[in-house]
Amino acid sequence: MFESLTERFDRIFRKITGRGLVGEAQVDETLREMRVALLEADVNIDVVKTFVANIRGRLIGAEIGVGLTGGQTVLKEVFQEVVHILGDQRASLQLSPKPPTLIMMMGLQGSGKTTTAAKLAFHFRQANRRVLLVASDFVRLAAIEQLEVLGNQVGVPVLTPKEGVQRPQDMYQDVRRRWIEGMHEIVIIDTSGRLAIDQEMMEELKNLRDLYKPKEALLVLDAMTGQEAVNVASEFDRQIGVDGVIFTKLDGDARGGAILSIRSVLGKPIKFVGTGEKIDRLEPFYPDRIASRIIGMGDVQTLLEKAQSVVTQDKARQMVSKAASNQITFDDFLDQIRSMRKMGSMDDLISMVPGASTVKAQLDFDRVEGEIKKTEAVILSMTNQERRHPEKLDGSRRRRIAVGAGTTVQHVNQVLKQFDQIRKMMKTALKPNGMRALKSLLPF
Amino acid sequence: MNLFQRIGEGLRKTRSQLGDGLSNLLKKPRSPAFYEEIEELLIATDVGPAQASLLVRELKTWEEQQNDPKKDPLVFIEERIASFFPLDPPLWEEKPHISPVTVLFVGVNGVGKTTTVGKMAHYFKARGKSVVLGAADTFRAAAVQQLILWGERLDVPVIRQKEGADPGAVAFDTVKAALARKIDVALIDTAGRLQTKHNLMAELHKIHGLVKRELPDIPFETLIVLDSTLGQNAMSQLEHFQKALPLTGMILTKLDGTSRGGIAVSLARKYRLPVRFVGVGEGNDDLLPFDPVLYARALVRPGTKLD
Repeated sequence: MFESLTERFDRIFRKITGRGLVGEAQVDETLREMRVALLEADVNIDVVKTFVANIRGRLIGAEIGVGLTGGQTVLKEVFQEVVHILGDQRASLQLSPKPPTLIMMMGLQGSGKTTTAAKLAFHFRQANRRVLLVASDFVRLAAIEQLEVLGNQVGVPVLTPKEGVQRPQDMYQDVRRRWIEGMHEIVIIDTSGRLAIDQEMMEELKNLRDLYKPKEALLVLDAMTGQEAVNVASEFDRQIGVDGVIFTKLDGDARGGAILSIRSVLGKPIKFVGTGEKIDRLEPFYPDRIASRIIGMGDVQTLLEKAQSVVTQDKARQMVSKAASNQITFDDFLDQIRSMRKMGSMDDLISMVPGASTVKAQLDFDRVEGEIKKTEAVILSMTNQERRHPEKLDGSRRRRIAVGAGTTVQHVNQVLKQFDQIRKMMKTALKPNGMRALKSLLPF
Repeated sequence: MNLFQRIGEGLRKTRSQLGDGLSNLLKKPRSPAFYEEIEELLIATDVGPAQASLLVRELKTWEEQQNDPKKDPLVFIEERIASFFPLDPPLWEEKPHISPVTVLFVGVNGVGKTTTVGKMAHYFKARGKSVVLGAADTFRAAAVQQLILWGERLDVPVIRQKEGADPGAVAFDTVKAALARKIDVALIDTAGRLQTKHNLMAELHKIHGLVKRELPDIPFETLIVLDSTLGQNAMSQLEHFQKALPLTGMILTKLDGTSRGGIAVSLARKYRLPVRFVGVGEGNDDLLPFDPVLYARALVRPGTKLD
């Protein structure tokens, strides 16, 4: 996510952190560099100007906070300003006091409306809401089937047009009947993609909006579009009215310009961002977390939440007690690997760790992920008995495992050695003063 | 409407910015500020900084050496823009006697690959060619179904396997089927993938390699489909895809939706890749074969009458 911008910021900050005092000249130099970085990321020029002016206003003549160096003060102000241009607070979806809450998806062709509609349905489904998806894209071939398939995947019913119905507005009565009968709390209406210059199609969308009166008319935008996305959003807002924005394809190499500009230009919040092809890759948009990632401080909060979503408290406690008594088995190890995979890709996870951009440049994620897969194969080639008692693995067993996993005996040995080290490390970490002992083992 | 008028119509948003702006500007007296303004105008339509500055430098030299005051500088700019496009003809024109001409469509999600495959099938059918479609997008929900509907609409066979099947196998089957049934053109759709996903790019490399290895003698085009509204990100897409497999051309979709239609110029010149088609609307006939001269003229001198 925004790698190039984060790297630029990182380089800029590195010049000033660690210094005691930062003078006016240095502040100006830093801001000038940031201005260029932001413009290159395709951020709107007016947004950049305000951004720089605001930070300068607060920094020049400002006193340095207790315990902070000059560089850290600059970093803090930049962080706050980025949070500000991203919208300050998390803007969650508004729910109608009286159900159902109607949500209408709209956007250009190919921005990701249908996929996002399904992801949103999944999001509410996870929160145990009764959700209904409405397929009303009559234009693109098989768009209705696509939503049907996706609805099936997430376990949400999909209302499709009856035989003979040709226009989205003619589905209204049917949709209404269905949500009353089905007691649905959330109704998500997918619409056809359209260009803002296509007057006929925009008229249709306006009629749909008047008909359904959705609580949330959400505009789905492709984050890779850059400034053009902001123009599109302004047009949709002017003609139809936009309550919130969802940016998709953040895992492409979007430079971030649209996301950093839209709030200031449009005055409408970003509600969610799509970060991957899988159905659960729709994240609520938290300005502070994204800001933290952009300026290279990672996103520990999201990382923790992801970890909590895959590992239950009980399981975690069990692990700790097992580790303390040196009873960790290969089954636990396998469990750990799989939980981690559920949290997302290596690349994704590492970017949430503070200071990740330096580490990322040095790591070949495909190789690391390949290694993990190989390790998994080795464990899977062990019998249950062997997984619980790795000390029993003699030469002939190791040979068998190597053949089973399609690797060499050396590699099996390596995995066993790693496992042994992890066992020791966990045990040490749990002793009093353990963390300090552990730190001395680490290279940094 | 003829082809020129239709390209002009598709470029409406771009041209209202560039064409009109240019003709107004060129009436002004020449000064350093004048050249800068021209350059900015070109950059604003995504012609690209390098192309813009080159064009301006050439314009300046040309005007200084020019003694015939009647010659229109717009014509000069138009000719220069047209010259930025490489001129190798597509294989279906170069080797029409060898069949099947096979076209593999690649690109990121949502650029309009499947729709483009459908429209190209329509294009070839209208020219009396037989066509087979390959549904190698086995990932996206209902993508196969979408192609099947195109097949029904155009009465064209669609080679498919079930969702989640190996896309390389589908691609290979499609070409095999085309050979066996003596079909002229095989069009193969693939799943959209973001250029940042290494494993998916590797998969594309594999699909391409598989077809090429098994059937080395067929004329094989690999076209990247790019969404014109994506602007500069199209560069990054092209670069990454080009690393994964040898591209032979590009198709720019949704040209009617952007005021930055100059993107074709910067992509073609920077990557030396011919543009094969441009999409200017939703209709079947709105995918137009690309002609550099007509494109440049529609961009710079939209009011021209065709001789």
